[in-house]
Amino acid sequence: MTDVTVKELAPADRSAGKRATGKIVFYATVIFMCVVLVLPVIAFFINAFAFRWFYPQLIPDEWSLQAWQRLGLLPPPGQFSIENLFAQWASVPDVVRALGLSLWIGFLVTGVSIVIGMPAARALGMYSFRGKRLIEFIIITPTIVPPIAFSLGLNINFIRWDLALEAAGINLGLSGSVLGVSIVHLVPVMPYVVLTLSGVFANYNADFEAQARTLGAGPFRTFWHVTFPAILPGLFVACLFAFLVSWSQYLLTFLIGQGRVITLPILLFSAAGSGNNAVIAALSLIFIAPAVLILLVSSRYLSGESGAVGGFGRV
Amino acid sequence: MTHVRINNLTKAYSGVDAPAVADLDLDIPSGRLIALLGPSGCGKTTTLKMIAGLIRPTAGDITFDGDSIVRIPPEKRGAVMVFQNYLLFPYMSVGQNVGFGLKMAGVDPKTIDQRVKEMLNLVRLPDISDRRPKQLSGGQQQRVALARALITKPRVLLLDEPLSNLDAHLRDEMRELILSVQRDLGITTIFVTHDQEEAVLLADRIAMIFDGRLQQFASPDVFYRHPASERIARFLGGVNFLPGKRQGDTVETDVGSFRFAPGGEDERPPEDGLLTIRPEQIVLGQPTAENTVQGRVVSRIFVGTYTRYRLALGSHQIEAVRSADVAGDFAEGQDVPIGFPADRVWMVRPDQAA
Ligand SMILES: Nc1ncnc2c1ncn2[C@@H]1O[C@H](COP(=O)(O)OP(=O)(O)O)[C@@H](O)[C@H]1O
Ligand SMILES: [Mg+2]
Repeated sequence: MTDVTVKELAPADRSAGKRATGKIVFYATVIFMCVVLVLPVIAFFINAFAFRWFYPQLIPDEWSLQAWQRLGLLPPPGQFSIENLFAQWASVPDVVRALGLSLWIGFLVTGVSIVIGMPAARALGMYSFRGKRLIEFIIITPTIVPPIAFSLGLNINFIRWDLALEAAGINLGLSGSVLGVSIVHLVPVMPYVVLTLSGVFANYNADFEAQARTLGAGPFRTFWHVTFPAILPGLFVACLFAFLVSWSQYLLTFLIGQGRVITLPILLFSAAGSGNNAVIAALSLIFIAPAVLILLVSSRYLSGESGAVGGFGRV
Repeated sequence: MTHVRINNLTKAYSGVDAPAVADLDLDIPSGRLIALLGPSGCGKTTTLKMIAGLIRPTAGDITFDGDSIVRIPPEKRGAVMVFQNYLLFPYMSVGQNVGFGLKMAGVDPKTIDQRVKEMLNLVRLPDISDRRPKQLSGGQQQRVALARALITKPRVLLLDEPLSNLDAHLRDEMRELILSVQRDLGITTIFVTHDQEEAVLLADRIAMIFDGRLQQFASPDVFYRHPASERIARFLGGVNFLPGKRQGDTVETDVGSFRFAPGGEDERPPEDGLLTIRPEQIVLGQPTAENTVQGRVVSRIFVGTYTRYRLALGSHQIEAVRSADVAGDFAEGQDVPIGFPADRVWMVRPDQAA
């Protein structure tokens, strides 16, 4: 990427030097990313399976599965059998419960954010109208304002609404509930979804839909056969953002969930205080697993022919 | 075969003062090929989109065979539009594009394959069914778009500037194709163009539109012989206008009086207007002919197959074109008899602004 840009912009006689500079910057970036992202993951892996791992050792001299046993994912030491493993999982360990809850909230938030965000993004990307800048600003504010500020405010309102609704005989229970947490997750998620999708729609030609209509497709089939394939790459990226942003929420879940909604990050943070490095590492591995998994599954899709990012302008 | 009528059709976009289309009336008999002709921005695409159902009219009505269709959604109208930039669906093959309409109509895949093949043959593009649209040239894409539009046998075919994105040599080919396909299938067709030549070559009748208003609706030859206004005459390449007053079939101008052949019933020339004649209709150097006055050659440009003269006529200047086949030539400064054949002159109302 850097390479190409430099090559195209530089005059012929200086292009070689610039290209070299570009390469240095490129590799520096790669090395930095490795140090920040890849090394910790390797460290997690070693920690999660180490019995003890102290400073001068390059790798631990004793391995163990104690962290996984403590988390209840494997039967206690010396009792390993398939039946015991099943029994262990059937009792639904806290980690599994938290994992399931994180997944469920992630999918819910992703789905809702796309359904809400799509029309907004379409309007922002395709039309210009009065107040557009203001709306854009409001949509990105959650990425600027510290989450604790609005989440505290939201929680107070949730408690108030709950009380008001309870008085009216409706027990919604936003505060301390999965529903409340999911709604709050939408706040940091929406900017990513709307910005990604409005980029897609900015390069989108709605005449394709008109064409499909005159060829006999109703509104639903027009969306399915024409709009959906056109925005799919961008939609995919928006879903990724939505899911991962929801997945990594700690503060909001903690405040609104009131300790009753235990997602994976909540579990991870409480384990972090316990000081058991192996358990922290094992939990961290579980926590980053979906991100890595998604990346692996989608890397070909993202970088290949139909590249989502490059695909923005190619509709 | 569908008879299309447009009554008082008006479209005012919100936030825009002047309506894009105003009080448009057109009667298009079944199976005809008509052109909406006018400069860019005069409301042609808007009109097509209203017929297709893609834009809701502000007022007025459109009927197909007598039934109002303005409340029917586009997918149920049977009016297919081919857009100016083809709009082939990029992630479908050519075959899937062409078959799209039938797929939406719930036709079985086997029949679709069969019909796609027929349609691609019809537009003279056999064997490209498996290609992707972006592998095709502009001309090929245009023909695929036409095949895709025709496969459902629409009641009305709407073509938005079908030739404007094509190179000159492809244009002729495409024009022939549209003509022959339209004749064969007999589909009522409305096409839009800003190019008078295209309109003349293709259309049975031309609807001339300026500023969203219908100016004249007539067959191509009428536009050349009897344009309704100075603006239309100028749009079609007219350059000669002499102010005059009409009495019966004679026009009095300050360079002489000219007789002209009366037009049809609905072509009443104004009393007070401009005498006009196309440069190629002027007869030079025949002193005894009717409607002949004396002028002088101001300049002369030889263009090969013809010669273009600028002539002084009293205080006016006019242009005449003389084909190279006609013997005789006139030098700059030479006096020359200028004849306006009676069946070639016409009276038009002047532009309001002018
Ligand atoms: N969606 C729209 N909103 C506002 N004005 C429009 C819109 N579409 C077209 N117009 C205006 O309406 C007029 C007619 O447009 P159009 O029908 O596209 O003209 P044409 O096809 O003859 O070039 C133009 O002045 C154009 O700017
Ligand atoms: Mg147009």
